[in-house]
Amino acid sequence: MATAEFRICPRTGLQFHKSAEPLIKLNAVAAVVALLVGGVLALLITLTRWQAVHLIDADNFYLILTAHGLDMLVIWIIFFEVAILYFCSSTLLRCRLATPRLAWLSFALMVIGTITFNVAIFTGKATVMMTSYVPLPAHPTFYLGLILFAVGALVACFIFLGTLVVARAEKTYEGSIPLVTFGALTAAIIAIFTIASGAIILIPTFLWSVGYISHIDPAMYRVIWWAFGHSSQQINVSAHVAVWYAIAAIVFGAKPMSERVSRTAFFLYICFLQLASAHHILADPAVGTEWKVFNTSYAMYLAVLASMIHGLTVPGAIEIAQREKGFTKGMFEWVRKAPWGNPVFSGMFISLMGFGFLGGISGVMMGTEQLNMLIHNTIYVPGHFHATVVIGTTLAFMSLTYFLLPVLFNREMILQGWAKWQPYIFGLGMGVFCLAMMGAGTVGVPRRHWDITFAGAALPYEYPGTALLMLAICGVSGVIAIVGGAMYIVITVGTLLFGKRLDVGAYTTTISPLRLPVQAALTGHGGHGGGGFAAPGTFVFAMVFLTAFVLYYFVNWKYLSTVWPLK
Amino acid sequence: MSAILPPSQRIWWKQPIDKVEIVWIVIAFVWCMIMFFMMPYWHVYGKQNLSPETYRVKPELFAKAAQAMVDKYKVREETDAKIPVVAPPAGSDVYLIGRLWDWWPILELEKGKTYRLHLTSMDYQHGFSLQPENINIQVLPGYQHVVTITPNRSGTYAIVCNEFCGIGHHKMVSRLYVK
Repeated sequence: MATAEFRICPRTGLQFHKSAEPLIKLNAVAAVVALLVGGVLALLITLTRWQAVHLIDADNFYLILTAHGLDMLVIWIIFFEVAILYFCSSTLLRCRLATPRLAWLSFALMVIGTITFNVAIFTGKATVMMTSYVPLPAHPTFYLGLILFAVGALVACFIFLGTLVVARAEKTYEGSIPLVTFGALTAAIIAIFTIASGAIILIPTFLWSVGYISHIDPAMYRVIWWAFGHSSQQINVSAHVAVWYAIAAIVFGAKPMSERVSRTAFFLYICFLQLASAHHILADPAVGTEWKVFNTSYAMYLAVLASMIHGLTVPGAIEIAQREKGFTKGMFEWVRKAPWGNPVFSGMFISLMGFGFLGGISGVMMGTEQLNMLIHNTIYVPGHFHATVVIGTTLAFMSLTYFLLPVLFNREMILQGWAKWQPYIFGLGMGVFCLAMMGAGTVGVPRRHWDITFAGAALPYEYPGTALLMLAICGVSGVIAIVGGAMYIVITVGTLLFGKRLDVGAYTTTISPLRLPVQAALTGHGGHGGGGFAAPGTFVFAMVFLTAFVLYYFVNWKYLSTVWPLK
Repeated sequence: MSAILPPSQRIWWKQPIDKVEIVWIVIAFVWCMIMFFMMPYWHVYGKQNLSPETYRVKPELFAKAAQAMVDKYKVREETDAKIPVVAPPAGSDVYLIGRLWDWWPILELEKGKTYRLHLTSMDYQHGFSLQPENINIQVLPGYQHVVTITPNRSGTYAIVCNEFCGIGHHKMVSRLYVK
């Protein structure tokens, strides 16, 4: 492997190894295909839950909801994350990918797994929702497909770790790995935990579905399944926070405010995020109160702390970079003069705001032991995770794509006017969508429910008018968000097919070790801040966030105090 | 582009941290501690806490107990399906079965009185969702969950199933009366 060949991107100087480049591309393309499928399904779902439209019948609704959940939450995101893992290791560390043949095998397994369980779903043999709670049965190929996909993803994680070893052994960089790679490493470590949990529960469930095991305990299933189901979303958090740091660096040349703080925050994710999956079990029998409180408070709040730290340090790094460029007027000139027309930045910033304000605050509310009773299994829950995974993760990945199109795919982006608007349409549509879902959940509308008017039921219940209004708002804003998503797909696929070919750059076999000029960080934070703070504007944002957080948190305790006493 | 490059200082963990970060970390940590404190606090002083009291149970045995309660305290029947309405005495054990696709029987409780509500499922997982009160509890087959409830408002309530349980899921809705 000594005759490694690198392509040097003429626009950024990034070096792509020929073993990694096609794999990064393929995984990203597979992700976008999954997003396309999931997006079409999303349209059908949102137009069905909008009671006035109520588009598709019950059987197909539940079937499509199952497919939408898996194709979006698992397939789109994990394929893209594999691309990110390879990029953050091989490209950022300028080294060859470890065991590229295995990486192809991993890709093949993931594709075969995806097709296998999708066939099971679309032939009507696995309408069990993403969670497939036992004893609700699915066809064995459903579990088998998930297992194959998971094994493929697991292989990819180990290839990432192997590539880090290669880079260190071949001395392709000096000092520590970059912060973004550290974030990707966090994601990979959480992914390994996640996939192991998935294997522990899905393999016996597969054996149960073919008749080798007589009984799977439903409470045990839930505890272990959520170590897979929720932790997989923690991979996303780590990955998209890494993407935020990357975009701040790419667009602004922003340095992390402090390597120590940001890395410690990632480390907190590794230690505590997975335990937070316990908050899915808060309204369950069979687990004790102390277990619930420990796992969701002590453990989860240290992860929440980590997210609050990233929420300050990412925009803080941008603020400092902007102030160094001379945007020092007042608190907020650095925000006003940010490149709002550049979708790489605007998407990332909307992702950060949506994740924090909508996803973060609602997530902590839901994860509080007693408050959880108010929203368990209501449509509030998808309201929360569409804010974290769609505005947070998906929009961050979309922004990164706009950067990668010319850099990795060597194509000039088509429809740049569309791309300018895409993050706003998608992000704001999704933001309203999430708020309306949470509103509907607050008045008790269930999730995963075909008809909340209960037509044909013996003893129907009439939800308050607000519920129907909220679902109608969901319908409208959902369609707007889907239009935004479709724009993204048209732009990316169109660019790959029709975009002007760009200079691919030179090829080289030699690489110089990566390092930054040492003087760059010696002056601390440039001394352009105010009030003794390097990033005063960001601090103001953070305090606004905290105020919203505290108010919303206690409003819900107030609400809880009025419901029936129970113990 | 330094977040995507190795740290410029090899000994990055000794670099000073700006005041803005330290202040924010302290504030955020204090807030996390307050949120931690709220949960045990509510267990002591709050009135809405979900009981962890759970027993393993065979569906047949639970159904027998529910049937005994219905035989003893049935006050009337509702709908064409003749669903029994049961008015058990205050303080007693009341049984509610979740099954494909209804809740059985209909309970009629008294305002301000306390009951031990036993929940289980006969088949798949279900979700007990009391509307418009909006109390939501997971119901698992094989587990008997005992929740002590004290209705504090009279009225007609609905019990909606909010855990997907197959094709009739959206028709799984029943009543609960509080006098």
